[in-house]
Amino acid sequence: MSTSSSVTGSVTSKIVVYLVLVVCALPVVFPLYYAFVGGIMTPGDLSSYPPKLVPTAIDLGNYSSALDTIPLARQYLNSAIQTGIVTICQLLSSVLAAYAFAFLRMWAKTAMFALFMVTLMVPWEAIILPNYLLISDLGLTKGPLTYLGLTLPFLAHAFGTFLLRQSFLQFPLEVRDAAVMDGCGHLRFLWRILLPLSKPAIAAVGVYVFMTTWNQYFWPLILGNDDKYKTLQIGVSMLNDAESSSPTLILAGVTLALLPTLALVIFGQRFIIRGLTAGAVK
Amino acid sequence: MEARATRERGPTGERRLSLLFLAPSLIIFMIFVFYPLGRTFYLSTMGTDIIGRANKFVGLDNFAAMFSDPGFFKALGTTALFVLFTVVPAIAGALVVVLLLESRISGQRMFRTVFALPFAFSVATASVIFALIYNPAVGMANGALSYLGVDRIGWLTEPDLALISISITTIWMTLGYNVLVLSAGIGAIPTEVLEAARLDGATGWRLHGRITIPMLSPQLFFLIVISTIHALQSFGQIHILTKGGPDGATSTLVYWIYEKAFSYGSSDFGTASAAAIVLLVIVLACTGIQFGVLERKVHYR
Repeated sequence: MSTSSSVTGSVTSKIVVYLVLVVCALPVVFPLYYAFVGGIMTPGDLSSYPPKLVPTAIDLGNYSSALDTIPLARQYLNSAIQTGIVTICQLLSSVLAAYAFAFLRMWAKTAMFALFMVTLMVPWEAIILPNYLLISDLGLTKGPLTYLGLTLPFLAHAFGTFLLRQSFLQFPLEVRDAAVMDGCGHLRFLWRILLPLSKPAIAAVGVYVFMTTWNQYFWPLILGNDDKYKTLQIGVSMLNDAESSSPTLILAGVTLALLPTLALVIFGQRFIIRGLTAGAVK
Repeated sequence: MEARATRERGPTGERRLSLLFLAPSLIIFMIFVFYPLGRTFYLSTMGTDIIGRANKFVGLDNFAAMFSDPGFFKALGTTALFVLFTVVPAIAGALVVVLLLESRISGQRMFRTVFALPFAFSVATASVIFALIYNPAVGMANGALSYLGVDRIGWLTEPDLALISISITTIWMTLGYNVLVLSAGIGAIPTEVLEAARLDGATGWRLHGRITIPMLSPQLFFLIVISTIHALQSFGQIHILTKGGPDGATSTLVYWIYEKAFSYGSSDFGTASAAAIVLLVIVLACTGIQFGVLERKVHYR
């Protein structure tokens, strides 16, 4: 790369940087383009060889066929229920635990915190079999009880506790002591003062939990026997397995499944960065 | 005054309250983390009937069966290759992108969002799209090759190529996350440090080599460990793209566990649990390396 300080030199190097960035960006964007544009192409366009990159006609029927082929609308609802329960409950359990770690006297606090951190080191895949046995023994893989099976193991997670505790610890102790002096109880302080001031951290945890839950695959795969209670992710992969589905139909289904998380990445990027890099940036 | 008296708890009251606040998390961890962890060890010493119920104590027989199964060692080797094929390229690629974005160009934010987009994809949506891209008959991958005059390739059906195709999908999926982490890391470097280096005449790749990359070493190290752990646990892309095939060529450790336990007519939870313990040990070793050996060698601010 040119180290010349002349204007022409820096203009050339900027153009080179742009070109390299665009070349790198193309393969990154292509699958997204393929899903969006492929989802509105006619089956003929996409099944020709080599496949067309630009549609010759627009066919919105793929979306309705995708909704008909598998109970996609129903599975959207299932994913929304699953993600909603997990996100709300995990936020609640994390806020309470983080508050205790940050502000309250506790028996064996260090050991207790270590216990929380240990749960982060256990890979879910290594304990998924006994969890499956437990949930199926409890009968939580049948009918509407599947919602419980899908969500119960994830109602608490030490990551949220860890991140919220970090944020709570930065809260000025004098303010809290003053509030307590004025007769403000712990719950009142937590709800009225601490939480409103911790919105960015709450949002970071919320977005993180939402994305990981919405995108779960292994657990809903082994849990769902009943098509009515499968989640969207499983539905989309079934769309791929079904012999009858055309590529355009599959891509329409994928696009529908993508929209919520795509919106979060585009509009909630700062919360995602905060949540995801908590362990990496101090 | 009366109200205040009831609210002012002594140290014991506060300790009780803290237990109450921890209770929801502790209960979930006990039932869904620690109990299953113990049960994994228990199951690994038990034989199972045809529906996967533990029925008799077999000692270390499951481990013996696992270690005498060539498929298990093949799965371990495939897992190691998969880690190698995905972790380093995805981090190196993200590093190049992030450093290019640092070149004081306009449109930085837009590019960053573009490179972060794959992060929106779940393993299922990404894998289904790549299944279509790799489709031998109508896929874009072969479509692109046809323009170059190259014949169709069985991206997911050639034993030598299938793991690489899955790795490409995985690199694509993890790139966005790596870009986000490294961008945040660059943003945290004090501007004075970079300005001082620039005043000393360091520019371009020299500046990056001497200053930016060493300053990013905590993030790079974090990414190496996290990506390795994620790669070890990968499942969805293998299940959707190849089902472990062709002929076991893409069956990693986690996929091997899944097949032992859930594939049709298997239900061998004993051997699957033995392999789950191997997975646990490997992942814990990676975490141990993070906290122990390497952390001291990384430049921390």
